[in-house]
Amino acid sequence: MVESLVVGRGLSKKFGDFTAVDSIDFQIQAGEAFGFLGPNGAGKSSTMRMIGATSPPTSGHLRVLGMDPMVDGIKIRGRLGVVPQEDNLDRELSVYENLLTYGRYFNMARAEIDRRAAELLEFVQLSERRDSRVDPLSGGMKRRLIIARGLINQPELLILDEPTTGLDPQARHVVWDRLYQLKQEGVTLVITTHYMDEAEQLCDRLVVMDKGRIVAEGSPRSLIERYSTRDVLELRFEADARDQALPVIETVAQRTENLPDKVMVYTDNADEAVIRLSNNGVHPISTLIRRSTLEDVFLRLTGRQLIE
Amino acid sequence: MSLLLARLFPPQSRPTRRAGRLLQRNLLVYKHIWMVIIAGFCEPVFYLFAVGVGLGSFVGDVTTAGGQTLSYAAFVAPGLLAASAMNGAIVESTFPIFFKLHYNRTYDAVLATPMRVADITVGEILWAQLRAGIYACGFLALMYVTGLTTSPWAPGAALGALLVGFTFSAAGFAAVTFMRTWHDFDMIQLVILPLFLFSGTFYPLSVYPPFLQPIMQISPLYHGTELLRAFTLGQFDWTLAGHAGVLVLMGTVGLFIISRRLVGTLLK
Amino acid sequence: MNTPRSLMVVEAEYRIYRRTWRGTVLTTWLRPILFLVAMGMGLGALIDRNVNQALGEAGYLAFLAPGLMAASAMQTAITEASWPVRTGIKWRKNYWAQISTPLTTNDLLTGLMIWITIRLLFVSTAFAVVIWVFGAGSFGKALMAVPAATLTGMAFASPLAAFAAWVKEDSTMIAMFRFSIIPLFLFSGAFFPIEQLPDFLEPIVVLSPAWHGVDLCRWIILGTPLTLSIWTELGYLAATMAAGWWAAARQLRKRLIV
Ligand SMILES: Nc1ncnc2c1ncn2[C@@H]1O[C@H](COP(=O)(O)OP(=O)(O)OP(=O)(O)O)[C@@H](O)[C@H]1O
Ligand SMILES: [Mg+2]
Repeated sequence: MVESLVVGRGLSKKFGDFTAVDSIDFQIQAGEAFGFLGPNGAGKSSTMRMIGATSPPTSGHLRVLGMDPMVDGIKIRGRLGVVPQEDNLDRELSVYENLLTYGRYFNMARAEIDRRAAELLEFVQLSERRDSRVDPLSGGMKRRLIIARGLINQPELLILDEPTTGLDPQARHVVWDRLYQLKQEGVTLVITTHYMDEAEQLCDRLVVMDKGRIVAEGSPRSLIERYSTRDVLELRFEADARDQALPVIETVAQRTENLPDKVMVYTDNADEAVIRLSNNGVHPISTLIRRSTLEDVFLRLTGRQLIE
Repeated sequence: MSLLLARLFPPQSRPTRRAGRLLQRNLLVYKHIWMVIIAGFCEPVFYLFAVGVGLGSFVGDVTTAGGQTLSYAAFVAPGLLAASAMNGAIVESTFPIFFKLHYNRTYDAVLATPMRVADITVGEILWAQLRAGIYACGFLALMYVTGLTTSPWAPGAALGALLVGFTFSAAGFAAVTFMRTWHDFDMIQLVILPLFLFSGTFYPLSVYPPFLQPIMQISPLYHGTELLRAFTLGQFDWTLAGHAGVLVLMGTVGLFIISRRLVGTLLK
Repeated sequence: MNTPRSLMVVEAEYRIYRRTWRGTVLTTWLRPILFLVAMGMGLGALIDRNVNQALGEAGYLAFLAPGLMAASAMQTAITEASWPVRTGIKWRKNYWAQISTPLTTNDLLTGLMIWITIRLLFVSTAFAVVIWVFGAGSFGKALMAVPAATLTGMAFASPLAAFAAWVKEDSTMIAMFRFSIIPLFLFSGAFFPIEQLPDFLEPIVVLSPAWHGVDLCRWIILGTPLTLSIWTELGYLAATMAAGWWAAARQLRKRLIV
């Protein structure tokens, strides 16, 4: 059996009395891209920091690269790349100097850092800003620089906490391409994200967290199969037609959701459902047919309301 | 004419009553305000104690420019009050404002509301004035109690200290708008230290050779010291107006620079 | 070859210093000059009118200079130790980035302390040169006092790093600066012998490492007798530094490893 690169068992993190991560279990295999999804405050970043060997678990078992982060933190961090959620670039330094100093912390030789830095700046399209200060960079540029910084030491395991938040569509695709490429090279990726399309694109497997617990686990496809239907119908009605239509809709759907602006109809065959609705005298003003996505799974598992 | 005025003072550089809101914000944020205030009050007291008690017996009596002979402690006390007003204004306006400007982005958020740049300037300076006033009153009370001043005019020195505070808060704030890293604080120290040492705080300028004395008189703190000393000694003449004028002028120039620079950095 | 990790922190400091050295170099040289001119010569002119047994025969300038050397090292150490720690955690956040690499909080602290030692050696040497130029002491003796002044600074650097790591708000930092540094400076014995103070204050002043530093430097440069034995004085400074170091390591861990 292949040794798992990261193993968490009964892993918990408390801040005072507050439990941020509540006894979670997961295994991340070498070479895969593993995602942590979940609403704000679910405990994703807390988990990331524990894996990154900068935050001691309160209880439970954690192994990263086969080592205990609290014992061999230094060795682990030497083989890790970290892209934190919050910007902590050094504003006293230029773009290039940020990469240089960071690389030096890994005891890399200067010539090697220079080579890597040039390559990485090219990749994140910041070559022209090489000698600029960090402050005047745009939010997305800073984000790209942090990603480049996390890659400076050619990590075996890359921890990305919301890597593409704030990036424009082009930059997001560039980052996705690069992450895919890194995966091909055998780098293991651990990602948190609020973009479901990103999770679907990048992750081989993922867990959904809510209030510190893991509420579902699997590949994006299998999660959709398990927690949603194949298709989704989004129907909009005139104000009064809706109440009459609802009982009919229930008969053609596996599950429905009555939202303020529309009715969501979950079914495995949308085309057939549309025909049956129209045969039964239900005529919405607009009908949208689409495949189920991870977003449907996510909303079903963690609810539509913002609950604190 | 009105066009010229509008060019010189665009709307952003004209404060409104909303400046008070920034004052409120600062009051809210400074949870440990009492600590800052105690520190600000204690500093000149420490100075006075060290210089008056520690050095006083070595120095003996001092003769002022006006020909009055008095104890060293009584001579040095108003100078220390002025120096402390300057120091407080600089320390408390530079560090916090620098971090608010560059790291916390507090002002960016403030300007996203109907608040104007000038409201920020005025609000911050009022805030500094509020504290400076408290320190000055405490110190003057101490001078009365210890008999270092007997002049009925001494309360006027509190106003003088406020003026010194205003001048240097404006100057410090103006300097911060040019700073890029906190290492630049060294530069501020570089200006403050000679002012502190060469403004007639510790001894009359007459100690220096005559050709050096006009140079010392450039120091704004010198004018502050003379102003305060006049009040605590109860000796007035027309030069006072000149001293006050220099301070007002310098503070106003500072205000002008701040408005200009802030509009340039915050609203670009 | 593996360079010790803390040296990487020193290297990073140096990289920033290369950009900001102008201001520091000016203060390094100007501070002693200004102080000696203003207090040593200016105030000295008033003081030397009288005969003062307590200040020795060499005049006020000679009395003041060695003490100021130690007190200056203290001031440098305090600023160089407190703001970098505060900004590293709160504003610049570079400490957070650094601990996600193989660096540990102890490496950060050791690196900072090495850096401050280098700065103190430099600042104190500059002071020694100024003392010699002003004729306030011999160059050889002033140079010999450099290690003592540096040690005095270090006895403040580590406790201040601990304080800055503990602080939650900038206003506390500022209050500390005004509340403690100025008194430490004024009552260090640099400006006047502490026998001038009321009796109850003397034992309190003796607790301050600054007083030990001033006493040591004055002994080396001016040849006044030491108040306590040399080992007590050195030991006290070293112990303060060690205690501060321990506290700083603890506080940094507490703040950063959460
Ligand atoms: N240093 C800390 N001290 C106290 N509480 C903390 C700390 N860090 C996180 N928390 C709390 O732990 C919970 C989980 O936080 P965490 O940052 O892990 O969430 P997250 O899943 O990353 O959320 P987001 O999607 O918003 O980034 C939150 O309620 C947060 O307030
Ligand atoms: Mg997070």
